[in-house]
Amino acid sequence: MYPKNYKYSQEHEWVLLEGQTATVGITDYAQHSLGDVVFVELPKPGAKFSAGGVLGTVESVKAVSEIYSPISLEVTEVNAVLANAPEKINQDPHGAAWLLKGRATNPSEMAGLMDATAYEAFVAEKEKEEHA
Amino acid sequence: MSQPHAHPMSKATRHVSINERLLFEQSAPGKRGMELPPCDVPAVDAIEALGAEFSRGPVEHFPEVSEIEVVRHFTRLSTWNYAIDLGMYPLGSCTMKYNPRVNEFVARLEGLATEHPLQPVELSQGCLRILRTLEEVLEEVTGMDAVTLQPCAGAQGEYAGIAMIRAYLADRGNPRKKVLVPDSAHGTNPATAVTAGYEVVNIRSDASGRIDMAHLAEYATEDVAALMVTNPNTVGIFEQDIARAAEILHARGALLYMDGANMNALAGVARPGDFGVDVMHMNLHKTFSTPHGGGGPGAGPVAVKKHLEPFLPLPVLVEKAGGALGWDAHRPKSIGRLRAFSGNFGVLVRALAYALAYGPGMVEATRDAVLNANYLRKKLEDVYELPFRQPCMHEVVFSDARQKKHGVNTMDIAKRLIDYGFHPYTTAFPLIVPGALMIEPTESESRQELDLFVEAMRSIAAEAAETPELVKSAPHSTRVGRLDEVGAARKPVLRWTPGE
Amino acid sequence: MRYLPKSDAERRALLAELGLSSMDQLFDSIPAACRLERPLEVPGPFSEKEIIDYFRARAGENAADHTSFLGAGVYNHLRSVTADALLQRGEFLTSYTPYQAEISQGTLQAIFEFQTLMCQLTGQEVANASMYDGSTATAEAALMAVRISGRQRLVVSRALHPEYRQVVDTYAAHLGLVVAEVPFDARTGQTDLAALGSSLDAATAAVVLQSPNFLGALENVPQAAELTHASGALLVTAIAEAVSLGSVRPPAEADIVAMETQSLGLAPSFGGPFAGVIATRERYVRHMPGRLAGQTTDAQGRRGFVLTLATREQHIRREKATSNICTNQALCALAVTMHLALLGKEGLREMAAQNLAKARYALAELEKLPGVRRAFTAPFFNEVTVEFPASVRMINQHLLREKIIGPLPLGPYFPEQTKRGLLCVTETHSRGDVDRLVTATARALEAMGRGARAAVPAEAER
Repeated sequence: MYPKNYKYSQEHEWVLLEGQTATVGITDYAQHSLGDVVFVELPKPGAKFSAGGVLGTVESVKAVSEIYSPISLEVTEVNAVLANAPEKINQDPHGAAWLLKGRATNPSEMAGLMDATAYEAFVAEKEKEEHA
Repeated sequence: MSQPHAHPMSKATRHVSINERLLFEQSAPGKRGMELPPCDVPAVDAIEALGAEFSRGPVEHFPEVSEIEVVRHFTRLSTWNYAIDLGMYPLGSCTMKYNPRVNEFVARLEGLATEHPLQPVELSQGCLRILRTLEEVLEEVTGMDAVTLQPCAGAQGEYAGIAMIRAYLADRGNPRKKVLVPDSAHGTNPATAVTAGYEVVNIRSDASGRIDMAHLAEYATEDVAALMVTNPNTVGIFEQDIARAAEILHARGALLYMDGANMNALAGVARPGDFGVDVMHMNLHKTFSTPHGGGGPGAGPVAVKKHLEPFLPLPVLVEKAGGALGWDAHRPKSIGRLRAFSGNFGVLVRALAYALAYGPGMVEATRDAVLNANYLRKKLEDVYELPFRQPCMHEVVFSDARQKKHGVNTMDIAKRLIDYGFHPYTTAFPLIVPGALMIEPTESESRQELDLFVEAMRSIAAEAAETPELVKSAPHSTRVGRLDEVGAARKPVLRWTPGE
Repeated sequence: MRYLPKSDAERRALLAELGLSSMDQLFDSIPAACRLERPLEVPGPFSEKEIIDYFRARAGENAADHTSFLGAGVYNHLRSVTADALLQRGEFLTSYTPYQAEISQGTLQAIFEFQTLMCQLTGQEVANASMYDGSTATAEAALMAVRISGRQRLVVSRALHPEYRQVVDTYAAHLGLVVAEVPFDARTGQTDLAALGSSLDAATAAVVLQSPNFLGALENVPQAAELTHASGALLVTAIAEAVSLGSVRPPAEADIVAMETQSLGLAPSFGGPFAGVIATRERYVRHMPGRLAGQTTDAQGRRGFVLTLATREQHIRREKATSNICTNQALCALAVTMHLALLGKEGLREMAAQNLAKARYALAELEKLPGVRRAFTAPFFNEVTVEFPASVRMINQHLLREKIIGPLPLGPYFPEQTKRGLLCVTETHSRGDVDRLVTATARALEAMGRGARAAVPAEAER
């Protein structure tokens, strides 16, 4: 379910670091708890964020979630497809519906994120809480 | 003797609902629904009078329909709505009570509806006297010292109240930074605090649904300007420690703001001015029965204690020597003007008509409202989960915890109520109760109507256990089923355009 | 009490079900110190007849028997009794905000029609389901521009309605926004575009002007928009007299239009309730405050309408909402929709044309009096600033004796303009009404002239 080469934040974002380039998205768990996504608001290329900064928002009909930057980065590209097809986030959150790419400005922060196994355990715990 | 009810759905029977297209789809060139008297002065050519660059031709695609078509159009549309005039409308926190027709009549009187807000004040004494009398009624009902009738709705009243707190604190040297808002609050509270330039700090409720006083004591720092509290709160429970909350805040130089959305539980029984509130707003479209009209207009008067009076919004109604009324617009400490002219006058007329009908007997309405809510609580507590056990005030909050086991949630139950001939209660609010069913019957329901509602709710609870799909796919009797809200939000269509 | 549907026996029965013996026990959760232990001291109770008598008496203390030439944001126009009869159907009057779409399709379809009508009138692409009034719509439009641009400064025309301006100031003050003012041109009465150009800077979020403006002058919206856009700011255009849109070109170049719809079917009602509206471009819709109805379908493909894009609003986004507005002016917006449906394309054009004709007739007749002239040169709709040879306040005192409420004195708003008044003439004024105004003004000027000649100078000015 959760790609092994990604790292995950407690706020349910994923990040893939290839060289200096980070690709960021939201996780399957996040899209599922949000429901049908109707709108995504993303920053402009050139915008700089530190880890934990608010990159943008994802909206369903009745809820708005902020997207937090999992690591510090400078935005180089946003996924233009999402503007007209926000439903892609529900369909392929770990693939075609990546949110943005950026230049990682402090790659050492990757160490503070969860790997797929740890994130799966984290999510399992969350789900248990919800059904309690 | 009351009619026996063979079937729990005895309130409603299906009947034909006539279809009706949009106005624009019925339009045909040359038709019209209103004629003007002939022009008795020389006609002018618009292009000549205004210049070509300032003039326009006929408004493109504007409707062209006859009078009878307009009458049928809106009459047909009206039949697609539920309304208080049709039956119980138990929306929690909304106080959907009877809207007396005499209020509509007097608001339309020549000499009231016809008056211009900028006409000479000596020719407006009747209007001003109405406003002054309503101020006096509201001062007495709230136990506060002064009232402004300027705010157009509760949210604008909140804004005025918080802005006054800010001005008061700034006048004393420091406007401070934060406003405390309980997690059970209505969404306008945090939105208002931000609009008035404050940061919002949420404080939690305790296990009984009330503000956690220890938490409040901890959070009420020197940075805090005010606590915004709804009383009775949104779970329908009186905040018993309200006077103590006021003491804590006052000791630290902060003020107590009360959201008076739920005054229907207090009018004639208890007065916020007597339990430490510094400033509050009321919703006249709730407690004082002015019609909701599909979303408005309302009126959100704000009542203050003496120390906040200099900060009231402009203009302030004043009584001059000799008893004449007038406006005072020169008040250096005022928070300024909230809207052009002088409040939603027509709404204020209706509110005063309501108050005059009851007089001191307003307390009877309050008692009946609380009686009705507690009766529903009693009659439903064995089938719906009651998160807070104590007796309620004017509204009762259940949760869908028991029905959830069958995959049925509060929204499903609400939608199923429609099939039984009732408007749904408030769903999924307050946020502190997961799957909330928030029910406010108001004083306007007879025992028969309450019993029909009880039957409906009990029947739905049984359906939720036995035939959950029936509930989950409700409503089944309306002209449209559940609508695609996701599609509406993804590709918004917000106006008609030709060729659709 | 006639509004309460219970007998005392029924009350006792319900109390018994709760195990209670008195109504007072229902309030046991309220501490004694918080309770009111005496009856409220308020007037009433009144029967229906007494209520009507009370309000008739108050109505008699107002100006119903006067002919008024006031406008300035509140206008007298013809309204059909048909609209009001429809408006009083209980299904419209006594329904709540249409959150439950399946049993609110009547209100929702009407809102969708209102939004469409507002777009057609203003030349914009989206319009909301109402704001409180024109003044708060203007303030909210300015705040919307602040959100879109990320800038913190507003430039406001001095010819914006002074009360609208005060509302903008109130909302701006608490958010720490800077409000700068640009003057109007003393000759044309329009916003001074040269001054506007030099006032714009990289911090400016919005330019706010009104057309027709408070002085009656139509603004040059295309030029103002060009200047505004060159600095990266948004143009907010307020419209207080919406009937003008029946003959005046809409402000299509504006980024946000904030309009008062009172003149489209709502009674003056001493200043409210009215309905404001914000109209804008599609790309700004998610920054817009207020409710929106959108078209969609149900599972069977039937057309229906829902409240949509609600994530902008306070009940979802709470402290991050675009506005704290909740209750709006829905019934007023519905009245406007009904009125415009009746008036229609041709009725609106004709009403606007009559306003143009009557205002011009009145001006021409007044200008026949010595010393009376039009104050500004810009084109106007149904309001025009007129300069008199004496204080307008004094002239109006004379007019009141003939049961005429004269032009609005501009002195209280612009201290240098005590001899100027804002005259509003609509299709509701007959030629006879205008002729009476002119004759009475002539008599007033004559009497004041005689008084001035007869009296010592010090007294003449009083």
